[in-house]
Amino acid sequence: MSLESVYGQVLNEHNLHPFHKGETEGATMMLEGKNPSCGDDIFLSLKVGEDGTIEDGSFQGSGCAISQASVDIMLDLVIGEKKERALELCSEFMNMIQGKATPEEIEDLDEAGALKDISHMPARVKCAVLGWHTMEEMLK
Amino acid sequence: MTDNKYRTDFPIFENHPCVYLDSAATAQRPACVIEAEKEFYEKMNANPLRGLYDLSVKATDAYERARQEVASFIGAGSPEEIIFTRNTTESLNLVAYSYAMNFLKPGDEIVTTVMEHHSNMLPWRAAAEKTGAKLLYLEPDEEGNFTDDEIMTKINDRTGLVAIGHVSNVLGCENPVRKIADRAHRYGAVVVVDGAQSAPHMKVDINDLGADFFAFSGHKLMGPMGIGALYGKKDLLEKMPPFLSGGEMIESVSLKGVTYADIPHKFEAGTVNAAGAVAMAAAIKYIQNIGFDEIRSIEDRLCEKLFEGLSRSSHIHIQGSKDPKKHNGIVSFIMDDVHPHDIASILDADGIYIRAGHHCAQPLMEYLKVQSTARASVYLYNDERDIAEFTEKILNVRRWLGLES
Ligand SMILES: Cc1ncc(COP(=O)(O)O)c(C=O)c1O
Repeated sequence: MSLESVYGQVLNEHNLHPFHKGETEGATMMLEGKNPSCGDDIFLSLKVGEDGTIEDGSFQGSGCAISQASVDIMLDLVIGEKKERALELCSEFMNMIQGKATPEEIEDLDEAGALKDISHMPARVKCAVLGWHTMEEMLK
Repeated sequence: MTDNKYRTDFPIFENHPCVYLDSAATAQRPACVIEAEKEFYEKMNANPLRGLYDLSVKATDAYERARQEVASFIGAGSPEEIIFTRNTTESLNLVAYSYAMNFLKPGDEIVTTVMEHHSNMLPWRAAAEKTGAKLLYLEPDEEGNFTDDEIMTKINDRTGLVAIGHVSNVLGCENPVRKIADRAHRYGAVVVVDGAQSAPHMKVDINDLGADFFAFSGHKLMGPMGIGALYGKKDLLEKMPPFLSGGEMIESVSLKGVTYADIPHKFEAGTVNAAGAVAMAAAIKYIQNIGFDEIRSIEDRLCEKLFEGLSRSSHIHIQGSKDPKKHNGIVSFIMDDVHPHDIASILDADGIYIRAGHHCAQPLMEYLKVQSTARASVYLYNDERDIAEFTEKILNVRRWLGLES
């Protein structure tokens, strides 16, 4: 595996300039996600409307480039979507990180597909799924 | 080619060429240690301490000779003061459960430090909860030193037990165990020393240290995994109840009662790791043949190179003492705007292995006001090329993440 395929432009851009880092006004849900192996944690906030649409969302906390970029990309993808669609993306993402996603699923994941080679970095899987796992817990 | 004449003793570097800078987590093993474990199983394997036949006697002899080696390695007066355990963690738990939980009482104080590995912290927390004793933490200054004032204030007539790491697995500093032990003994407190990071790197004499208990692991001093030792003063061990119970630790059992075996076997319930003990003794012999002066001089030179190399980047900040000689082979650092996990992953791509994270010392991380650190640690088989590769590649890490280098 080459480093370029993980530490590429997409990941670096989201890590260095996260769009969704901060607070969400009127958040309806908030959950802390922890990565026990490195002690990192994030706080994920979502504002979910009555019809189940994720109207807004943000994260706080610090962590490695992979966990930070992954959660920022995730929020890009799910804001404006229905809960069910967010959960569908979640399961596609988990599949991708385990190396068992179909090309269609990876296509569907859009920018998050940039993280697909993390499936070859077992030590970093927990970092990549931290935000996604936290969101899944919140929405299920 | 390597400039280190010991490196070829280690088959791993032949089979998996790499820059191994994580010896503080676990050391590599020389062929003679691997051979010793194999030889036990090939030539003297039987259940030791149990059988009445020739082979079992051989196994028992080998096991007890290993105990003797361990005893003399740390200056213990008698082999019965050495208990074989699985590792440092088990050794410390043994003291917490068998000593602290039985002999401390409400109002007593247990003193440890914020610098400890979780293995030398959580057992004391459990003992404090169980007995009603209070747990206090010594706090070091920025370089990792404990002031006299801190020691004098927190260790006093209420102190029942002091648990201190000999060398920190994060800062690499050696703690003033003797000074702390003298203070503790004035008030009759018992001194427990976590020697996981010191025993591999320096000549330990438990009498000079003033340790009542001394815990260490085989795997950090080039022995096998799953074998460790606890030194305990004879009179303390004798009055302590067993930690685990079952086979091989009794003298006699009837349905009404049980008489325990004498020390050390009282504390070694069940079939022991005799092959591991024999191989741990082989590792000790390997160390003794080379000598701690030589080991120290290799490590000091490598640490100095590490410091030099890392100081080429203004974004890298070494934790603890500014003197490489005070690091005992352990150099933890942080890099501006870069998480240690990313450093480790990026170096991994070049076959350079370092540790990143909280190093099982989360309270220390909090104290240092860092989330986690990266740690490079060396041992006697590392060479200057290891350090050169590491300190060269680390300069690229920030660029990989889209930052200025
Ligand atoms: C200072 C210190 N204490 C205790 C331990 C625990 O050692 P083990 O995992 O062998 O029980 C370690 C190992 O990481 C250590 O560095």
